[in-house]
Amino acid sequence: MNTRLQVRKTYKLWIGGAFVRSESGRYDEAHGFNFPRASRKDVRDAVQAARKAAGPWAARTAYNRGQILYRAAEALESRGDGIGVTREEREAAVDVLLHYAGWTDKIAPVLGGVNPVAAPFLSFSVPEPTGVVGIVAPDEPALLGLIAELGPALAGGNVCVSVLSENNPLPGLDLAEALGVSDVPAGVVNLLSGRRRELAGALGAHRDLGAIVDAAGDRELSAELDRLAAETIKRVRHGDPATSYEDATTDALERLNAVTELKTAWHPVGA
Amino acid sequence: MRFTDPSVVAWQGVIRRLPHVDRVGVEERAAQLGKRSIKTTAKQQGIRLAVSMLDLTTLEGADTAGKVRHLCAKGVCPAPTMPEIPSVAAICVYPSLVATAKEALHGTGVKTASVATGFPAGQVSLDAKLRDTEDAVAAGADEIDMVISREAFLAGDDTRVQQEILAVKERTGDAHLKVILETAELGSYDHVRHASLLAMEAGADFIKTSTGKAASGATPGVCLVMLEAIRDYAERTGRIVGFKAAGGVSTSKAALHRLVLVKETLGDEWLTSERVRIGASSVLNDLLLQYAKTETGRYGRAEDFSKE
Repeated sequence: MNTRLQVRKTYKLWIGGAFVRSESGRYDEAHGFNFPRASRKDVRDAVQAARKAAGPWAARTAYNRGQILYRAAEALESRGDGIGVTREEREAAVDVLLHYAGWTDKIAPVLGGVNPVAAPFLSFSVPEPTGVVGIVAPDEPALLGLIAELGPALAGGNVCVSVLSENNPLPGLDLAEALGVSDVPAGVVNLLSGRRRELAGALGAHRDLGAIVDAAGDRELSAELDRLAAETIKRVRHGDPATSYEDATTDALERLNAVTELKTAWHPVGA
Repeated sequence: MRFTDPSVVAWQGVIRRLPHVDRVGVEERAAQLGKRSIKTTAKQQGIRLAVSMLDLTTLEGADTAGKVRHLCAKGVCPAPTMPEIPSVAAICVYPSLVATAKEALHGTGVKTASVATGFPAGQVSLDAKLRDTEDAVAAGADEIDMVISREAFLAGDDTRVQQEILAVKERTGDAHLKVILETAELGSYDHVRHASLLAMEAGADFIKTSTGKAASGATPGVCLVMLEAIRDYAERTGRIVGFKAAGGVSTSKAALHRLVLVKETLGDEWLTSERVRIGASSVLNDLLLQYAKTETGRYGRAEDFSKE
C-alpha cells in the first residue's frame, strides 16, 4: 500500500515577477488545490509593478520582444499537460503565442507608414503601445482565452495586468510559472486569480491603465467596464472568448489595434 | 576648550560600555509597528502630517536655480487642487543654491535648509567644512545639515567627531543644526546608538539618519534605535533633540510607518515638524497620490502631479 502523503501545491499570484500571496490573505480551492483570491490592493500593486516595467518593455526593439515571446512559447510548450487544460488547448495557446511573437516587428509597417497628403508636408504615422493594459480573461477556455488577449498586447509593446478565469484559474497560474522561467521581464505580465467582478471593477476604475480588454463575455460586467472606462478615460475592447487558434489570430490586426496608439507627425517639405 | 571638557570625555567612556543593542528585537519591533492598518480619515491626517514634516530635497549635480525655484513653488503649495494639504517644512539644497531658495521662499514660512561640511562624504579638511557652513549660513540658510566624519568615527576617534560638531555648531548661529550620521556606513546598531549620543552630547538640534547617497537609509530598525537614543537622552538631560529620517522613504506607507515609530517611541508631542522631519525627494508625489485616492476612490497616475 502506498502510504505517501501527496505534497500539494499552494498557487500564488504573479505580481512584478514575484509569486506572492494575496495581500488580503484570502484563499479559494479548485481541484483540491488552494489558490489566492486577490483583492483590490493586489490590483493596485500589480498596476504599480506594470507601470514600472512599461517603459523598459516598450523601449526594447521589436525584434527583441519577438524573441522573448518566442522563448515564452518554448517555456509553455515544455510545461507539459497541466490541470484544467486539454492538450489541444495548450498546443493552440503555444501556437497563438508564436503567432504574436512574429507580429512584433510587423506592427509598425502594417499600422503605420507615410500618409498621402495634398500639401507640402511629409506626414507619417507611427504605432506606439497604449501602456498598461488590463485584461479580463474568459472562464473557458482558461488558457487559450487568456493567451489570445495577452499575445497581441505584449507584441504591441504593452504590459498587462490580467484577471484570470474565475472557474478555472489553475491554467493561468500555471502559465505564470512558465513565464517566470522564460525571459519575460518582471512586471510585464501580472496574473491575478479571484472574483472577476471585484478585480475587473478595480482595474476599470484605475486611472493608470491605458486600455482594458474584456473577453469574459459577461454583459453586465461589460456595461460596468464601459462606464468606468469612460470615467477614467481608457480604451475598451470587448470580445468573445477565443476557442481556437483561428479565433485568436484571424482578427490579429483588430486585436493589435485596440492596444496601440497611432502617433502622426507632419513635417514641412520643399517650399 | 570645550572639546576637552572632562565631563564629555568621561561620558564617552560610559557609552562605549553600554550593553549591545538587541538587533533581532529592534527589527522585530520596528517591523511590528509597520503592520498597523491606517485608513480613511486617520490616513488622511497622517498624510497631511507627513507632508508638513517634509524636507523636500534636491541634491544633484544637475540642480539649477530654475529647478530649485520650481521645487520651492511645489513645496509651498504641493497640490493646488487639494488646498487642505499643508506646505512642507523646508526645502533642502546645496549651499550654492541657498540664496535662490531663500528668495523663492520669502514670506511663505517654509524654511531653507542646506547641506554643508563636504556633503555627502565629509572627506575634506575641517577648515573647508567650516567655510562651507559659514557660506550656507551667510546665504540665509535656516537649517544646516552636516555630516559627521565617518572616517574619524570608524577609527574610534570620538573626540574628533565631537570637536567637529562643536566647531560647526559655533558657526551656525541661529540656524538649526541637523547632524547626519550616515548609518549605512557605521556598521551596526551599537555604532548607530553611539554616534547618536555623540552628536546629541555635542549639541545637535536634530540627528538625521542618512545623506540619501548611501546604499541604505532610514530603515525601520535604524530609526527605532535613534529614536530610543533620543528618548533616553531627553529623559537623562531634559534637552529635546529632533529626528530626521532620510534615505529610502519613498512611499506613503514608509512615511506613515516612520511616524508610527515616532509616536510609539517618543509620544504624541513629537508629531510636529519642530521635532521630526522626513527628508525625501520622491515621496511627496506618492503622498499626494494616496491622498487623492482617499478623496476620489480612484487610483491616480504619476502624471497627475508635477515632477520635482
